[in-house]
Amino acid sequence: MKKYAYFPGCSLEKMASSYHKSALETTSVFDIELQELDDWNCCGATAYFHVDELLANTLVARNLALAEKEGLDLVAPCSACYKNAYFTSAYLKEDPDLAEHINFALEEDDLQYNAKTDVYHLIEVFADEIGPEKIKEKVTNPLKGLSIAPYYGCQIVRPRKNGEEVENPQYFEDIITAIGAESTYFPERLRCCGGSLIMTSRVPALEMVRILLTSAEKNGADVIATACPLCQVNLECYQNAVNEEFGTEFHLPILYFTQLIGLALGISAKELGFGVELVSAKPIFKKLLPKEAN
Amino acid sequence: MASKPSFSAEISNLLYAAHGNPINSCIQCGTCSGTCPVVDYMDQTPRRLIGMINADLKDDVLDTNTYWFCASCYHCTVRCPADIDIAGVMYAVKRYSIWNKTYSDDLVGPTFSEAWVKMITRSGRSYEPILAPTYMFQLGTKEFIQEAFNASKMVMKGKIPVLPPRIKRLDNFKNMIKKIIPLGESS
Repeated sequence: MKKYAYFPGCSLEKMASSYHKSALETTSVFDIELQELDDWNCCGATAYFHVDELLANTLVARNLALAEKEGLDLVAPCSACYKNAYFTSAYLKEDPDLAEHINFALEEDDLQYNAKTDVYHLIEVFADEIGPEKIKEKVTNPLKGLSIAPYYGCQIVRPRKNGEEVENPQYFEDIITAIGAESTYFPERLRCCGGSLIMTSRVPALEMVRILLTSAEKNGADVIATACPLCQVNLECYQNAVNEEFGTEFHLPILYFTQLIGLALGISAKELGFGVELVSAKPIFKKLLPKEAN
Repeated sequence: MASKPSFSAEISNLLYAAHGNPINSCIQCGTCSGTCPVVDYMDQTPRRLIGMINADLKDDVLDTNTYWFCASCYHCTVRCPADIDIAGVMYAVKRYSIWNKTYSDDLVGPTFSEAWVKMITRSGRSYEPILAPTYMFQLGTKEFIQEAFNASKMVMKGKIPVLPPRIKRLDNFKNMIKKIIPLGESS
């Protein structure tokens, strides 16, 4: 059994509880344990970095230090949490002065960080640690006939880490194919969902969501799969606002990639946190019903 | 006597050294502006903003909405041929405008960020019902109604917790923050 320190982040406690549930259910099938970090704090999203960079890195470093104390690598399911944890860890590794300053503050909570913990996004656990081949082996209900748009968004792939492919990644598509579904051609898959602009600059953010929904729908997607709670909220909860603003009629379900993997693994919809969608996921279940039942 | 640093030097100082090349290595190619998903809504494009910073046009730079409209998607950063972390530059100007209170009043972004940081320094976790009132009243009527409507739907679906979450070792946490930035008594 492989064990990770799991940093759920503020969204997964409630807003994205279906992501939380489906992450735990699906990883356990592959003998991976996500052990929630004890007493973690908010990663700051983009807001801390708007105010003070040193403070932002300190708050992120506290979570890293908590994981290091357990001797575990850190997994974050949220792209913003992941990006912050990854880069703070990298900066502390490269910059002994910064590390010294931050460790001086961490002493107040009897912690220190020596940059020994590696940071992964949850989708990397599926793409690299597990891999599409092993996912395929465990699939009992291939999602045949379902067209899933792989939405990477921003902060999984950007900024660039260690010369990784940032213009044409394929691992999300590979996961979708592994669970028996069709990966929608989705040219806007790396485009930003607007992030926190949905709160602070409404119309530009709605336009950004509109472009994503249009691209997915035009190319025949039944559902957009996301790997970030903020992308999910923007695409789903603001779909109505987009329809109002632009006179469109989108009803496109937005689900977490772990919910879709879970369905293919034969895990019940309830255990995967279905039932709290603001855009109904029923059309998907209809499409997945065995043909003879129709 | 030390002379007062130029505006471009001040912004450079707010950029963490690990974030790529200095802004004066900009070749004004416009790849950032061509990539930016928000550029249509910005007063000045990212390329122009960087040019303006390098020309020390401080007031003109701070008057724009450009840096507060940056969504931090880093698309410009990964494509910049001069390897400048442009999203990082936007962060630096945001910090400058917050610490110097020079942003324009009709922007929600700075209020939102400041409210967020205050909330975290008090509880360690984020909680929408505390955050919302701090910026909701700055929204236009339409946005306000959209927010209220969305919030009520989320409450009905059980997506918003009833009580604000808190971390356990909050005193240690606050002392840790005090070692980095000074906090008022009310925190």
